[in-house]
Amino acid sequence: MSASTQEINNLINQEYKQGFVTELETNTFLPGLDESVIHKLSKIKNEPEFMLEYRLKAFRHWQTMKSPEWAFVKFDPIDYQSISYYSAPKRKEDGPKSLDEIDPQILEAYKKLGIPLDEQERLAGVAVDAVFDSVSVATTFKGKLKDAGVIFCPISEALRDHPELIKEYLGSVVPITDNYFAALNAAVFTDGSFVYIPKGVRCPMELSTYFRINAANTGQFERTLIIADEGSHVSYLEGCTAPMRDENQLHAAVVELVAMKDAVIKYSTVQNWYPGDKNGLGGIYNFVTKRADCRGANSKVSWTQVETGSAITWKYPSCVLTGDNSVGEFYSVALTNNYQQADTGTKMIHIGKNTRSTIVSKGISAGKAQNTYRGLVKVLKSAENARNYTQCDSLLVGDQCGAHTFPYIEVKQPSAQVEHEATTSKISEDQLFFCQQRGLSAEDAVSMIVNGFCKEVFKELPMEFAVEAQALLGLSLEGSVG
Amino acid sequence: MLSIKNLHVSVGDKPILKGINLEIKPGEIHAIMGPNGSGKSTLSHILSGKSGYTVTEGSATYQGKDLLEMPPEIRAREGVFLAFQYPVEIPGVSNVYLLKAALNSIRKHQGQSEVDAMDFLTLVKGKVRLLEMDEKFLYRAVNEGFSGGEKKRNEILQMAILEPKLCILDETDSGLDIDALKIVSEGVNSLRSPDRSFVMVTHYQRLLDYIKPDFVHVLANGQIVKSGGAELALELEEKGYSWLEDAEASA
Repeated sequence: MSASTQEINNLINQEYKQGFVTELETNTFLPGLDESVIHKLSKIKNEPEFMLEYRLKAFRHWQTMKSPEWAFVKFDPIDYQSISYYSAPKRKEDGPKSLDEIDPQILEAYKKLGIPLDEQERLAGVAVDAVFDSVSVATTFKGKLKDAGVIFCPISEALRDHPELIKEYLGSVVPITDNYFAALNAAVFTDGSFVYIPKGVRCPMELSTYFRINAANTGQFERTLIIADEGSHVSYLEGCTAPMRDENQLHAAVVELVAMKDAVIKYSTVQNWYPGDKNGLGGIYNFVTKRADCRGANSKVSWTQVETGSAITWKYPSCVLTGDNSVGEFYSVALTNNYQQADTGTKMIHIGKNTRSTIVSKGISAGKAQNTYRGLVKVLKSAENARNYTQCDSLLVGDQCGAHTFPYIEVKQPSAQVEHEATTSKISEDQLFFCQQRGLSAEDAVSMIVNGFCKEVFKELPMEFAVEAQALLGLSLEGSVG
Repeated sequence: MLSIKNLHVSVGDKPILKGINLEIKPGEIHAIMGPNGSGKSTLSHILSGKSGYTVTEGSATYQGKDLLEMPPEIRAREGVFLAFQYPVEIPGVSNVYLLKAALNSIRKHQGQSEVDAMDFLTLVKGKVRLLEMDEKFLYRAVNEGFSGGEKKRNEILQMAILEPKLCILDETDSGLDIDALKIVSEGVNSLRSPDRSFVMVTHYQRLLDYIKPDFVHVLANGQIVKSGGAELALELEEKGYSWLEDAEASA
């Protein structure tokens, strides 16, 4: 066997790198879901009374709903009674006050993931909120952010410390009745990040949240709320990983963004949940509702996502363009390999005058995977001179995968301009041979071609993430050729 | 450098090459000429490792190693370079990125250290000037939106940077106007050296006005029917290929 064949085999057999389990003493609820679980959850989080009401209302509504079946994904019905709705590493009564008090095993886990929580070792200029299963274990740079007037903390802390902001904004973009998974999330969400940027403040550093699922048989119900007040500016990143297990685990998140007049929010995701093994066993069900309200005039929200993980991704980060002249953007790379399934896209709802939206979606399918783009562009009667540009490209690697596109366009305003472009291509043998003839291995060639295909999206990512995303794409494609 | 012995190659059940014999020594330039369908492209493909061909008999030895056993990327790293007749486009991948990845994979294979970005740019910019190309070329996606002439020049640029030992030029003159042909030829001539060999596959004699071969071989019906010096090309220009094909048929 020649050196390069050996190399390729080593690469193919490489495992999901974040698949380790951290052994910890935890405080975990028994599986099952009823109102008593919600009472218990609200109590353990020491929440104000209105939150318990909010949760119960959501739970009661959820019980009347059915799991949606319109997405182009297949999975067995989820038994919601077999999931534990709370799991947290055990810690002292008051929780850690500084990093020294955090379980060293957890610090070690984050270090292994390349996210050193120790501020001395930090990536310069990025504040991190680390969510481990159901709780936030650390938030870095709180002090420096506080000096700028920025609130960046676990949402469970915000519920206690900033109830007035929570009351005003929580559920104001994604109401509890919005959809099945959003209703479930509203009932049982555990932690996530809360960000408030006051008027006129440009957040002095990138904010990020790193979500880690560690415990078995648990669901992670992340809730994130970002409010950018008038004229403010923030860039937020999130990353996600989980151990390798044969069972599927549910991550049902809700993310709400509110942009007031002249505010700008940039939200980037690198999603690398465990995708399951090469036979399709295990992996995370990533059922997520993400929506932004461009509430004020001239506000702007930009979503960038790189989705390489999860057994199933069901996710449509959207923008409601309420304010006049507001701008919504969606840049997406979704890669599926082996038996992964993705049904992802966006919704751009034009309400205000002169609102503009841009959608750039790059779907890559390899192995036996299915990759679907689903997008809605809706222009209401009120949205004079609204404009949308959509570009939707699919790339197939091999001949056993599928790419699907479902664009929906509803226009009620005659002055609107809506453009849609779509392409589907395959990595050709000629491209592969050309690269190999220049000395690249087939694996490197595919990775290079795919990265080229995704370039328009990667350039929207913050620098550190762009590098990570490229590497991730290479890893996720391993074993897809030859 | 390269020794081809009694090489038979088929596509599916159809024999294309029927017993090729060719000896190429370091520093030599060999022109392979012949009519359409004679097997010229098959020869350049089989030497560079393109899939879809079956070797039914014979051998090709490159620097003492069995060339036909090597996967295409190993051949490239060992110094075999194919300048494509139809260079492919790779959207979104910049020329400079591909070149650096290629050069480093070759250097690594040869036990050399990888070049860093600064040294690489210095190297590349020098070669770009040599080929009278615009530096903007480097930052454009590989061959995307390039004219025919630009694509061919880009192939020669890659050759100049990767510094192969055996260069196979597959119909490099096709689709070139006279000015582009001159520039490409000058590029190739500047790469001539005592330890680098060239195989030029071409239908027309005109390329040989600019790159003077040491040997000319005429390929017809999958066999080399005549070999000679540079003067053979001129004879072909005058008489066409049919007299050789006829001669072979009656032999």
